[in-house]
Amino acid sequence: MLYDQIAMNKRRTGYVMFGFGVLVLAIGAALGDLFWANWESGILLAAVVTVVYMLIMISQSTNVIMSMNHAREITDENQAPELWHLVEDMAMVGQVPMPRVFIIEDASPNAFATGNNPEHAAVAVTTGILERLNREEMEGVIGHEISHVRNYDIRLQTIALALSAAIGLLVNFSSNWLWWGGARRRDDRDSGGNAIGLVISLVLIILAPLAASIAQMALSRNREYLADASSVELTRNPQGLISALQKIDDSAPMKAADANSAALYISDPFKGKKNFADLFATHPPMADRIERLEKM
Amino acid sequence: MVAIILIIVLVILVAWYIGAYNGVIRTRTHVQESWSQIDVQLKRRNDLIPNLVSTTKGYANYEQSTLKKVIALRNQLTEVPADDHQQTMEVSNQLSTTLRSLFALSENYPDLKANAQFSKLMEELTNTENKIAYSRQLYNSSVANLTMKIQSFPSNIVAKVHHFQESDYLQVPEEEKTTPKVNFDDFGQDK
Repeated sequence: MLYDQIAMNKRRTGYVMFGFGVLVLAIGAALGDLFWANWESGILLAAVVTVVYMLIMISQSTNVIMSMNHAREITDENQAPELWHLVEDMAMVGQVPMPRVFIIEDASPNAFATGNNPEHAAVAVTTGILERLNREEMEGVIGHEISHVRNYDIRLQTIALALSAAIGLLVNFSSNWLWWGGARRRDDRDSGGNAIGLVISLVLIILAPLAASIAQMALSRNREYLADASSVELTRNPQGLISALQKIDDSAPMKAADANSAALYISDPFKGKKNFADLFATHPPMADRIERLEKM
Repeated sequence: MVAIILIIVLVILVAWYIGAYNGVIRTRTHVQESWSQIDVQLKRRNDLIPNLVSTTKGYANYEQSTLKKVIALRNQLTEVPADDHQQTMEVSNQLSTTLRSLFALSENYPDLKANAQFSKLMEELTNTENKIAYSRQLYNSSVANLTMKIQSFPSNIVAKVHHFQESDYLQVPEEEKTTPKVNFDDFGQDK
């Protein structure tokens, strides 16, 4: 089961990167054609930018995601002994190396894991979760996060997040460019060129949410259920995770969370209020998760 | 021609044998490693218990009889022969139970609970207890792997030739025995 999930996650990471690559090259071709009447140089430029971006993202993703979510790292067990010890326990029994540990100053209880692989993973929890949950409940939550690490869910989620953020950036950038560039060229070109530019910029703007939803679809809908079950396999204590999920469910939304990272969290940090469409709900309903755990 | 085929078959057999032998050795090493993980935690706990005694010294009436029992069990644990895993764990389980009741009793001593040093020590001891439980879980699963290697065909041939011994599972205390049945049936291949 675990190995199936790992293989599937690695495969999907490949698909997501391929899909993203094609999309970026298409956008590059469109821009090149528009500005230099030469689509090849647009593709070349887009390819170079993408490769550089991907390299930066792969080496820096944890730091980028942590700072987007206002998390600070703890490097010594004395800073948060209980949290540190629980992460140590779960990493030991899950047989993965000790991940980096981060704390987010936010009163709402929540947690997430990120990283490229189990050797370079990180776990973040909010101050709210540390205050509200007891040790057994925290153990369930950390077990859930370590399961995401073990499954390679973290790699897929992190890359999907990075790519959809990049496309969003590219689209914002080029639609601004088209707007101002189009205005400047009004004298030396006929209005035909302008109309094409307008159409393309519209197409690009439509592509942004599409890219985001592609990234969402790549994430397994089962991943949260699976991480819940794997957590119980590690802790042998379903009751801890059940009451943790109940406490997390029964709380106010987060303030510090980044909208693009919502899918990473153990529970939707915005409580469904900021999701632009229910179609792209990032988390299964809490009642279903608790029900499945109660059956164990 | 026949000679060449014979040589190839022989080479394959030898290669398989070496592989199977190394496989059993590897799982046996896992069992030994996971035992030493338990051992590290047991030693750590034994080192923490004198601190518990000195921290609670100021609270003269703090559960003297339970504390005495803890110390007795700690000393008993150091006397168990190092290779007798079963007896070590038996004493260790008794010590865990006694420590747990000591923690529960500390609820009656608000002054002691407010003591920063005591609460730090409580966290350390709880941490060690949890790590003992988890490393025992790992130990038992590595014993299960070794047993499977020794009993199943064809690696059982290698195991028999080299007299590999099966290891015993470590007994889990009664109160921790309720293991939930984790059911992955609901998570069939993903849409």
